[in-house]
Amino acid sequence: MVKEREKLLREIMAYDFAAIDMQLYLNTHPHDVRAISLHNCYVNRSRILKDMYERLYGPLTASSPYPRYPWKWIESPWPWEYQ
Amino acid sequence: MWIYEKKLEYPVKIKNKNPKMAKYIITQYGGPDGELAASLRYLSQRFSMPTEEAKAILNDIGTEELAHLEIVGTMVFQLTKGVPPDVLEKMGLGAYYSDHDHAVYPVSASGVPFTAAYIQSKGDPIADLHENLAAEQKARATYENLINLADDPDVIDPLRFLRAREIVHFQRFGEALGIVQEKLGQKKFYMSKPKEEKLAESNKEAYGLKK
Repeated sequence: MVKEREKLLREIMAYDFAAIDMQLYLNTHPHDVRAISLHNCYVNRSRILKDMYERLYGPLTASSPYPRYPWKWIESPWPWEYQ
Repeated sequence: MWIYEKKLEYPVKIKNKNPKMAKYIITQYGGPDGELAASLRYLSQRFSMPTEEAKAILNDIGTEELAHLEIVGTMVFQLTKGVPPDVLEKMGLGAYYSDHDHAVYPVSASGVPFTAAYIQSKGDPIADLHENLAAEQKARATYENLINLADDPDVIDPLRFLRAREIVHFQRFGEALGIVQEKLGQKKFYMSKPKEEKLAESNKEAYGLKK
């Protein structure tokens, strides 16, 4: 389960990173249509995966739409604790 | 505002402790060319940027630098976690341990605490963007030095990622500088300030050049 969780998180991290990189590029090339569609593709894919992750394993942000009892946000591991 | 996401921008999973490497890497946490300085520099400078592109690029790179600060802090944390004080001392971290135990504190590799004197926010977009281009190159050079000192692939991998980001940021700042220069007009490399104009007027009066 830890392996599966980490695999999904890595995939989210990869899409989010790709989106960040496109975002910086678009800030100085706001008229690049192809880059905008690539950016949107990464963001949409990340959203779907994040939704899946939060349903299965718990919140990625404190304002996750799936709060459960007891309050899951405080649960380890925190990002610096992955060992 | 910012929203925290419970993940790193790039994974850090260091299996072997290495306090000596932590002592060097911490310079990218709180040192002169580190991520804290970078983030604070861009997030402060963004307020006085003149174009949409420059505001966005400083805002977003300043934000990404916070994610890098977290990566570097994570590396220091994992490299030193649970290492006994006598080992830390032998590895050159005795003085650090005295003040900070196993905590992560913003210092340079030589132990100098972080200072805002590492950064400038000049109110002159051309001067600020040139500082940022230099900052990215200095950070790239630092990461290369750290990669040269490292021998553990778990350590080298995130350092390589961070090094690559410095190059991308340099590229984006260069583009932003071009856009800003175009907006300010080819001749205006320096912006004149009302204060200086007034001073020039009063100087003319003082030297009897103005009736």
